[in-house]
Formats: sequence, C-alpha cells, structure tokens
Amino acid sequence: MTEINPKTPMEKMTVGGDIYQAGNAREFKTGDWRSVKPIFLSEKCKQCGLCFPVCPENAIPVGKDQKRQDFNYDYCKGCGVCSKVCPFGAIEMKEE
Amino acid sequence: MSIRERLSGNEATAMAMKQINPDVVAAFPITPSTEIPQYFSTFVANGDVDTEFVAVESEHSAMSATIGAEAAGARAMTATSANGLSLMWEMIYIASSLRLPIVMALVNRAVSGPLNIHNDHSDAMGVRDAGWIMLFSENNQEAYDNMLMAHRIAEHKDVLLPIMICQDGFITSHSIENIELESDEDVKKFVGKYKPEHYLLNDKEPIAVGPLDVQAYLFEHKAQQAEAMKNAKKVIKEVSEEFEKWTGRKYEFFEKYKLDDAEIAIVCMNSTAGTTKAVVDELRNKGVKAGLLKVRMFRPFPAEEIAEALAGLKAVAVLDKADSLNAAGGALFEDITSAMYVNQKNVPMVNYVYGIGGRDTTEKQIESVYSDLEKIVKEGKIENPYRYLGLRREEN
Repeated sequence: MTEINPKTPMEKMTVGGDIYQAGNAREFKTGDWRSVKPIFLSEKCKQCGLCFPVCPENAIPVGKDQKRQDFNYDYCKGCGVCSKVCPFGAIEMKEE
Repeated sequence: MSIRERLSGNEATAMAMKQINPDVVAAFPITPSTEIPQYFSTFVANGDVDTEFVAVESEHSAMSATIGAEAAGARAMTATSANGLSLMWEMIYIASSLRLPIVMALVNRAVSGPLNIHNDHSDAMGVRDAGWIMLFSENNQEAYDNMLMAHRIAEHKDVLLPIMICQDGFITSHSIENIELESDEDVKKFVGKYKPEHYLLNDKEPIAVGPLDVQAYLFEHKAQQAEAMKNAKKVIKEVSEEFEKWTGRKYEFFEKYKLDDAEIAIVCMNSTAGTTKAVVDELRNKGVKAGLLKVRMFRPFPAEEIAEALAGLKAVAVLDKADSLNAAGGALFEDITSAMYVNQKNVPMVNYVYGIGGRDTTEKQIESVYSDLEKIVKEGKIENPYRYLGLRREEN
C-alpha cells in the first residue's frame, strides 16, 4: 500500500479514505498532542514497576530484564499519570 | 418479453427489490413508504428472496445497518419517507462519504411540521447536497425502471455513490397503474452480481473503513465525491441506453415533452409531469406552443444540458413541490436559474411553489401557469418571480 501524507494529491488518495492495511495504529504518532513532557530521572528510579502498567499509551517500554526504559515520546501524550504514581519522584513533568 | 401487470408504486418498487434479491434490507416503516418493507418482508418470509431482513428500531438504525452491510461487502437496500429520512440525516452523509453504493427508495412526503403525511418534495430537497444520486419518477413504471437501473449506476467503479429513487407519496406509491415488468431472470442478468473491490469481510485484505479524516485530507475526499458525481452523468447515460436496448423504454437526464418547438414551458419533477402533459396536449390543440421539461436526474444536476434545452424558449415556469423558505425561490428554480446564468442563456423565468403537504394540483392550475407565461411573453416583464400555485389568500 502506498503511503498517504498531507502532500498526496486527491487522485492518489484511497476512495472514502479507506485504509487497505491492518495494524496501522502505530503509524499514527500521537506524541505531538503533548503539552507537558515526563522526564525519566533514572538515578532516582528503584524499578518498582508501578509506572508502566498505568500508562494509557503503553509509552514506557520495559526490557527483557524487567526494567523500565526511557519514554517513547512518539506516543506519550503527557497525561502525567506515571509521574503521580511514582513514589520516588523519578518522573518529573516539564512544559514542552 | 415484458409482462403486463397492474401495481401501485410501492408494489412496483418492492417487486424490483424482489427481482434484484439484495443481500440485506434494513428498514423501518413510515408512511407512505411502509408498504415497501412490508411487501418485501413477505417475500423474505415466503422464501422468494434470500435477503437478510433487519427489522431495526429507527431510521437512523436502518441507514446505519445498511451502511454496515454495504461496507461488509453486501448489496444493501432500504426505503423511507419524510421524517424517516430526517432521522437518517447523519448517516446519509456517512453513506455517501464512505462511498457505499446503497440503494434507497424514497417515497416523497412532506417533512413535518405541522404534522402531515402527504406528498411534497421537502424530504428529498433536504438531502440534495448530501452526495447521493437522486432520480425522480413520474409514475409506477418509472419507479420500477429507475430501481432496476440503480445498482448498475451506484456500483460502477467510477461512481461508488449511494442512490435514491424518488416517487410521489400516495399519488404514485398508492395508485395502481398498468405496468410492464421484466422477467426475474432478465432483471438478474441486467443488474448482475455485486463484486466490491474492497470490503470488510474480505479475510485476504483487512481494511479500515471511515477512519479519522483531519484537515489535511477531508477536502480531497469531498472533491473525490464531487468527481464521482460528475462521473455519474456518463454512467447514468450508458446504463439508461443499455436499459432501453433491453426494454425499449427510453430514459434520459430529463424528458422533453413537446419542448423542441415550444415557446413556453414548465419544468417539474415526479407525478406533476403527468398532469402537465395532459395540459400541454390540450393547449397544443388550441394552438398554444406549450412544452414540458421533466427532470429525472436531479443529482447529478444536468445544468448545461437543461440550459441548452430551455435556451430557445420565450418564458419558463419552474414548479417546486417544496418551499425553500429563503425569500427567494425553491431549490429546483435556483438550480435551473443558476444553470441558465452560468451558461449565458437568458430566458424570463418564474417559480411556483405548489402542492405543499399533498395539496392537489389540478389541470386548471397548471393551465393558469401557462396563461401567466403567455402574459409574461406579451408584456415582457415579471413582477414577482417567486409565486405560489393553489394557495388560499385573501382577495386583494
């Protein structure tokens, strides 16, 4: 399937805007909706595991070692839930 | 070989649907179109068709179920009138923007209120900019014939737009007339099988229908719809010509009745054309060069062709069976006057709003319109282009 972007002429767009492909939600990067950004302070993190289950966007990747990694800003909308649940102040919210 | 029968407009429409044998019919009863799903559900119960009939709880759901079925890859149909169409309003736009070739019978009735169940065209005029193809039918035969052509037009790959086949409530829908039916076999051969290119139930190609269409895309998708509507003109012409080869019954964008040598003419749609033809015949006997232009294809609107057909006249009256309540004139009048202006044809034109809420329109009234036109030709001026026909008023 050809990629459709804001420069695609009408003749090249699919009829009715249909998408002839499955599993394409990951291509819709909603990170640019964010106005505040979580900052991961790894030195304060105890890897307690409370933050990633509450993320509505699954934007806190967890490695095979069961340790959380830095945020995936392609999808993080900056809701701040992770920052609220963190008992150690390891997630700081900063204006974009 | 045609079969001679006598059927009402609703029976003729249900008969066409039976012969087409669609995959899904979802409908909710509303006067005067109630009989269409009523007769059709009898066909379903008797096993005459293998259609899935969905008895929905409202017209919004009727159109929604039809959209779902069509998107899934089924051939889906429905029928409604007036307030039923009003309740479908939201989904009417979804159907056309998703480019689903749904076929709907619209039995024209006044949109309330005050509450009225009788015929005018206010329901159809309310969705004239919704991106549906709209064909109007003078009588039962035309309602049947237009229905037989509907899928071929809507499902054409250059079109992919929903279509509504209009007929006048009660006047046509409930009047029994002689009709020529085609055989089941011939109908199925003409209509053909529905083979959508992309559809939801295709497990070989998972697709998404109706995704979010933000600022960067909606404009182009609307322009695609506009393009499809332009393409529909060519397709309607081709399908109608093929239909004529099969049945011998000729359909064009509009019918010109004694129009070519006419000096004065009426433009109207649906059953009023029948009354007008009778008046034209009488006037012709008296030597008055009267004619009629009956619009069959209202959407897409054949602007250039109508302007050409009316160009040689001395005065024209456009009859609107719905008032646009805009202090300027009815919808058909506005479309036709714009068509004339843009194509640089200057013919004196007047508008008559008539037949509202099922008010009878008589030959005498139509005759009075032709007399008014004769007066306009003679005096060369139009005092009030936005008039009423058959309205009670205090004497001046």
